Amino acid sequence: MELQTLTYIVVGITFAIYIGIAIWARAGSTKEFYIAGGGIHPVANGMATAADWMSAASFISMAGLIAFMGYGGSVFLMGWTGGFVILAMLLAPYLRKYGKFTVPEFIGDRFYSRTARIVAVVCLIICSVTYVIGQMKGIGVAFSRFLEVSYDTGLLVGMCIVFFYAVLGGMKGITYTQIAQYCILILAYTIPAIFISLSLTGNPIPQLGFGSTLSGSDVYLLDRLDQVVTELGFAEYTTSVRLSTVNMFAYTLSLMIGTAGLPHVIIRFFTVPKVKDARSSAGWALVFIAILYTTAPAVAGMARLNLMNTIEPTSGENLAYDDRPQWFKNWEKTGLLQFEDKNGDGLIQYTADKEKNEMVKVDRDIMVLANPEIAQLPNWVIALVAAGGLAAALSTAAGLLLAISSAISHDLLKGVLMPDISEKQELMASRIAMAGAIALAGYLGFNPPDFAAGTVALAFGLAASSIFPALMMGIFSSRINKEGAIAGMIAGITVTLLYVFQHKGIMFVPGTEFLGDMPSNWFFGIEPNAFGAVGAVVNFAVAFAVSRSTQAPPQHIQELVEHIRVPTGVKEAQDH
Amino acid sequence: MSFKSESDAKAYWKENLALMVKLLVIWFVVSFGCGILLVDVLNQIQIGGYKLGFWFAQQGSIYTFVILVFYYTKKMGQLDRKYGVDDE
Repeated sequence: MELQTLTYIVVGITFAIYIGIAIWARAGSTKEFYIAGGGIHPVANGMATAADWMSAASFISMAGLIAFMGYGGSVFLMGWTGGFVILAMLLAPYLRKYGKFTVPEFIGDRFYSRTARIVAVVCLIICSVTYVIGQMKGIGVAFSRFLEVSYDTGLLVGMCIVFFYAVLGGMKGITYTQIAQYCILILAYTIPAIFISLSLTGNPIPQLGFGSTLSGSDVYLLDRLDQVVTELGFAEYTTSVRLSTVNMFAYTLSLMIGTAGLPHVIIRFFTVPKVKDARSSAGWALVFIAILYTTAPAVAGMARLNLMNTIEPTSGENLAYDDRPQWFKNWEKTGLLQFEDKNGDGLIQYTADKEKNEMVKVDRDIMVLANPEIAQLPNWVIALVAAGGLAAALSTAAGLLLAISSAISHDLLKGVLMPDISEKQELMASRIAMAGAIALAGYLGFNPPDFAAGTVALAFGLAASSIFPALMMGIFSSRINKEGAIAGMIAGITVTLLYVFQHKGIMFVPGTEFLGDMPSNWFFGIEPNAFGAVGAVVNFAVAFAVSRSTQAPPQHIQELVEHIRVPTGVKEAQDH
Repeated sequence: MSFKSESDAKAYWKENLALMVKLLVIWFVVSFGCGILLVDVLNQIQIGGYKLGFWFAQQGSIYTFVILVFYYTKKMGQLDRKYGVDDE
């Protein structure tokens, strides 16, 4: 069957499933809307959390990045999984015990301050909105590529679908839909990987194939890869460090604590019945994430090797441009792959030498999508990858939109501005807030700001430097008071923002960067994307210093801290 | 249901922290230690096609994280029962 028809069928079936689930699991109360009624089984919740967490970036971009960064790409692998260890041990069980709907609500109560709650809401909205923009863009790109419609049409279709199941179903609909989405995205990721591993090494398990010898020879795949890339002047695959060891350390730490502080991930742990379920739920989430994250480096290495082998089948004998395969032509059409015959010999030279390199553009984001085509897999696998990419983008967008709408309707409206509204009105408000958030994210998706790439760093930096330290100190210290927490959050965010802005421009406007984006100006050689770790340290230090020099928190707050440390007597998460 | 005495509550929390610190040390060693700081030293050792440091950074640390969280869940379950604060 035609690839196009097949893609329509596969994507159509998956969407019918999502919408069917949304209708079946409509939310009737605020509790069902915000936290799915608090009755989700830990394994199911783990699966939903995994789909929520793994975005278009994980599914489409990550392996491509690693393919070109080699060992340096490990920061994403360790950073985006290691955060769940911290989440499981330091935050999830205690926040579940506390039993409220949102993250700002906990911060506001623990630090007995409306100001703290508002500061937390602001941080939450900024990091979630910046994240949603990226997802919306991913949805637009994926739809337009696979359904062969314009980017704008693709985005519009995607927005309607998110609107339908997120607004109707709330957390309950989202959770069940995400379980279906996880199944589709993980199949779409692993099936091509298995095929490719099998054809390269004869071992069907990519994690093992990556460490095996190539079929029909006794050379290890990784040794061959190192040899091929170094011969062409690229950095050795298995040892190429990203900038410096200090930078890799800070980057990994920043991603880990940013993960643990991202509100749309944290609220997932409010949906399980008990404290012990919150612990095991984090473990299950990590299992489901690890399946993709241990496959990704194998996909990355194998894709890089396949690409190199296609262009230069044997050393010194390059592919003639006229003989290029079909996938090469397809991606040339998108402009994401570009060839320029600099020496006019009709052959493709791909080297690290900028003067001689003729592959003038190889966009990293195409690697995962092009991979099945490069490996000449059947069309139904390629159609499945399209559905998987869409599932990843849609599930994350829905989770983020829920976090934004609950912050607005529950924390700002009900908590601060209009405490007297009824549950029905609040539910209505949160649906309107969510529709508004979708419209805003869609608008930003139609007019993508230039800073889209830079804001991802900001989202993690903000979560790492503001929300995570405040939550952790709130649980593990009864001495941190409201003055300390507020000063810490503000100091952490400010330092991180200033550092990002001074190197990337104020609000990412080019020309306003007052120190220039030059590695020589970086603090200990730490790139702006990795600075959340330093911001977090500043947050902790300021909070401790200020708390020590001001009055201890009142007695009932100290009792509250004692109370959340005891796992029993969990009430169902509730309002007040 | 809650703790029988104040000292029980203290002991429970102390054991919880000890377990946590122990597991976080392992978390740090496999990722930041083996995967980043000691990667060059470990890369001298080869297991199959993998250099050991590279393996920790792209595979081993992730497997260890999964084991850590399940071990924590199991141990905390035992601790809850020991102090009679499990929610059954």
